[in-house]
Amino acid sequence: MLKNFEPNKVFSLTSKAPKYILLIFIIVISIGLLEALIFSPEDYIQSHSVRIMYVHVPSAWISLGTFSVIAILSFSIIIFKIKSFVLIAKSLAPAGLVFNIIALVTGSIWGKPTWGTWWAWDARITSMLILALFYIIYILAWRIYDNTEKVNKITSLIAILGAINVPIIKYSVDWWSTLHQPASISIFSKTSIHTSMMIPLGLMTAAFALFSILIFLMKYNTELIKIKNKGLDRL
Amino acid sequence: MINDIISMNGYGIYVWSAFAFTLISFSVLYTVIKVQLVKEKIKFDAKYLTLSSEKKQVVRAQEAYKGILASNSVSKI
Repeated sequence: MLKNFEPNKVFSLTSKAPKYILLIFIIVISIGLLEALIFSPEDYIQSHSVRIMYVHVPSAWISLGTFSVIAILSFSIIIFKIKSFVLIAKSLAPAGLVFNIIALVTGSIWGKPTWGTWWAWDARITSMLILALFYIIYILAWRIYDNTEKVNKITSLIAILGAINVPIIKYSVDWWSTLHQPASISIFSKTSIHTSMMIPLGLMTAAFALFSILIFLMKYNTELIKIKNKGLDRL
Repeated sequence: MINDIISMNGYGIYVWSAFAFTLISFSVLYTVIKVQLVKEKIKFDAKYLTLSSEKKQVVRAQEAYKGILASNSVSKI
């Protein structure tokens, strides 16, 4: 089954998919923006500032999810020596970093009217900042090292080490007393968000997920063509 | 009504700046990745065109290059 992930086999699919994903993304984000900025109600305490949630929360979810996937792929690279996962992990990082930065910046903007400060060194915010540092180190490692074997090992170890931070981010609001509110949405328990706010949140999450897939596919194709360019040099 | 949407009870500056930052970040990331992709495709085209006809045949026969040749302009030459 893993042979299906081999770069040579997936290129025909990954080169065609971006244009369709871009089209679907534009449609979903247009509806999501209308819902988030106009049709969804204001919060009875936070008033209209609650709308920042529709960009802040999906960005945080996707940056965390992306890093988790990179860590799982890296674990497979180190333990099971699955080389075809290297390009996938590398191509996921840029979108993950940008979503992490968006989560930090929009969280900071939301913090000013809600907490009265742009920044606080509380557990959730600090652990998200540490995640951004892991993303930066991961991407820089790819740029610094030329030796393929060495860079595969180093980047995989960075991702595995960074994965320790993921549950810390998730449970930081439960383990420590933080300014950041606890999770309002849970897979295992009842969510405390009304449907009128869940709809724009769901739409924006779908749009952001589509955008991250789009960027991943474009980056993956770029990396693949880079390898083939090197192959042409050796002919 | 438009004034209400813009001002949002005084929170407009925070809401609009958060959304603007997000959309600008998306545009910058998309542009950077797209430019990288186009550059690599142009490099591939240029290298492919300088190959001898025998080597081009070798490349065309390889499964690894078929997809790229199909998506790049050189395949149409």
